[in-house]
Amino acid sequence: MLAYLLRRSAFLVVSFLVAMTVLFVLLRLLPGDPSNALLSVNATQEQIDAAREQVGADRPLGEQFAAWFGGVLTLDLGSSFVSSLPVGPEIALRLQVTVPLTLLAFLLAVVLALVAGVVSALRADRWYGIALSGLSQLGIAVPVFWVGILLVSVFAVTLRLFPSGGFPRDDWADPAAALTSLALPVITIAIVMSASITRYVRSATLDVVGSDYLRSSRAQGAGFGEALLRHGARNAAVPVVAILGIELATTFLGAVVVESVFSLPGLGSMLLTAIQQHDYPNIQGILLVSTLVVLLTGFVADIAQRLIDPRLRTSISGNGLR
Amino acid sequence: MKRTIGLVALSVAAAVALAGCAGGGGSSATGDDATITVGSLYEPQNLSNTGGGGQGVTEAFTGNVYEGLYRLTDDGEVEPVLAADSTVSDDGLTYTFTLKDGVTFHSGDPLTSADVKSSIEAVTAEDSQSARKSSFAVISDIATPDDKTVVITLSERSISFIYNLSYVWIVNDAAKDLKTTEDGTGPYTLGDWKRGSTLSLERWDDYWGEPAKNAEVVFTYFTDATALSNALVTKQIDIITSVQSPDQLSQFTDNADYVVSDGDSTTKELLAFNDRVAPFDQALVRKAVYSAIDTKKLLSSIWGDYGTLIGSMVPPTDPWYEDLTQVNPYDPELAKQQLAEAGFADGFTFTLDTPSYDPHPAVAEFLQSELAKVGITVEINTISADEWYSKVFKERDFQATLQEHVNDRDVVWYGNPDFYWGYDNPEVTQWVSEAEQATTTEEQTAKLKLVNEQIAEDAASVWLYLYPQIVVAASDVSGYGVNGLNSQFFVADIVRK
Repeated sequence: MLAYLLRRSAFLVVSFLVAMTVLFVLLRLLPGDPSNALLSVNATQEQIDAAREQVGADRPLGEQFAAWFGGVLTLDLGSSFVSSLPVGPEIALRLQVTVPLTLLAFLLAVVLALVAGVVSALRADRWYGIALSGLSQLGIAVPVFWVGILLVSVFAVTLRLFPSGGFPRDDWADPAAALTSLALPVITIAIVMSASITRYVRSATLDVVGSDYLRSSRAQGAGFGEALLRHGARNAAVPVVAILGIELATTFLGAVVVESVFSLPGLGSMLLTAIQQHDYPNIQGILLVSTLVVLLTGFVADIAQRLIDPRLRTSISGNGLR
Repeated sequence: MKRTIGLVALSVAAAVALAGCAGGGGSSATGDDATITVGSLYEPQNLSNTGGGGQGVTEAFTGNVYEGLYRLTDDGEVEPVLAADSTVSDDGLTYTFTLKDGVTFHSGDPLTSADVKSSIEAVTAEDSQSARKSSFAVISDIATPDDKTVVITLSERSISFIYNLSYVWIVNDAAKDLKTTEDGTGPYTLGDWKRGSTLSLERWDDYWGEPAKNAEVVFTYFTDATALSNALVTKQIDIITSVQSPDQLSQFTDNADYVVSDGDSTTKELLAFNDRVAPFDQALVRKAVYSAIDTKKLLSSIWGDYGTLIGSMVPPTDPWYEDLTQVNPYDPELAKQQLAEAGFADGFTFTLDTPSYDPHPAVAEFLQSELAKVGITVEINTISADEWYSKVFKERDFQATLQEHVNDRDVVWYGNPDFYWGYDNPEVTQWVSEAEQATTTEEQTAKLKLVNEQIAEDAASVWLYLYPQIVVAASDVSGYGVNGLNSQFFVADIVRK
């Protein structure tokens, strides 16, 4: 297990470095120019040149990369080309929205999916089992922004139960107000996300229910529920945990859509603005944080799978690094 | 299962209860203590109007945080602010300004002539991104004989000089980091700026003039017009500075809780040709395109009953406006004749570079269907704002494009042959230059009317329509400007009943 941990960590570091280098190069291949955001519709050639010089877009690529990477090592992500605000503190501020949004949505989705998945597997012959299966199929098909718009028009604009968007100016100073602003976006993500997790939970449960070990356990006199909890839950959890890791990372990255529907000042909306403005320091900072989050989530999900399933611990060599 | 349903019901009830204890975004204080929340689509890119802050910083800061020697009122008049007195020499080349007494900056420094000098120099500096930079190229010298006097010498007459000064923020010459902080003389100081969300202005008690009538103004920024309207419906904001889509208006018109103001705007939607390249280097082809477009139908499809048809670059609020909508009338038969005369009896194909944001995509599709009727094929190429600057504005690599031009008095750009649309008529260039050196406004107006008529005659571009300027506000607030000329939005007089 220790050897595996070391190898898995080394893989994490290498993937991170490769990802950052690729992103850096790809960004510079985008059409457009970072000085454009500063120009007005009647800028002169002199002003165009001044803007280019100001954002350092005229320096050689290698030099730009070295400067940025050196900054990263000293935890200095530089300053935005457009606003001149330091990148690090702004990302920290945005994470105060995106992290709670992602985690709350994830938790809610897991709870909903576990209930719906298990019920629709064990009660596939009842009306509510069938309804849950149908709903989860439907949930996979609807786009997340559409769910968001629907919730806003019903619960914010018509019923006035929740704000239609935005986040309190004083952030988490009043937790109730902050949570209220996040309620609809969290529900939006959870609905869409739980739909896809439900299917995995359902099929994992069905696999377990039809398995030999469950039958043996029943034969030894355990009740169905007891056998399911003692043997089934653990077996079903292995594939589900892998999926959860992927889902969590996807949600974090997918927050951009929900943040724009609900005008939330999170990382997603920051990324969107930064890309529109070719604001390299901001884009690089956000991608660095996002890449780390995704890689770490995968890392944790892998370790969790091995802790749950002893068979995986001994057969790493067979699979190599997954 | 029953228990599950019970749990779900309980959590829904809890969420609803939680929502019940959350108020709206704006405070409900009235009178002097009120916080006014203003919703806008234009977030500042940074806080400097010479450093690329864009339309957003003009809207939030002009007249509120920073003041000029002069200001442009909501009615389009120029009136003195920090200038107590001014004289002009007989040859029109030397302007002497005396500054108001008792004015201090937010940092406590007194206003002196050195601040005025450094503020104007910031606009003309090499790295300045000010839209007014070229207007001030006529300045040959700025002298400060004493703390209260500024003497500016021009190399040639410039009748718009005082008007142009209304765009110059007077900034403390000792101030640093002007992209992220401020040091102005206006009735508000910057509270805090949370990028992507809000920018707050707080009433400044040491203001030299009449103090602001509210305690605080919070500009709240949206990227989406629907979200902005929803925020007004749910009372999270008090005012929308400019509505960009009529779809949102129906819920506010005929509703006693809201006031919809239809003011004067200076924003024009243009189909700008690249007049340097075939076939648009022929005036006849441009005129044919103009006459093939039913602009009235276009305006009503985009804006319903709002907006105005103009027929040239000049909006009705500019002094040299005249109705030129009939110079290139909507007449598809005439368009076909003109095309045949220009050698394009079978039409032609061109690429229309279309910015990806509203209203341009809808306008492009309308033009495509209109021009198809006279045999012209339009290939729509959708580009981002960023690409527009690179491809169209810098590289001039385009045949035709759509763009909105927001400034007033900007017909003068047709006198600049180096401008992106490449209209080059030596007579027009001459008239623009003579208008700027005119000794009276009458003479200036007469010259610019000639320009106006000539560019319409040449169909230098197609001026599709003038946007409306629609402000929507909750009916318990008043005192805001409704015209929003040049994107400014004064907030000091806004009160909540």
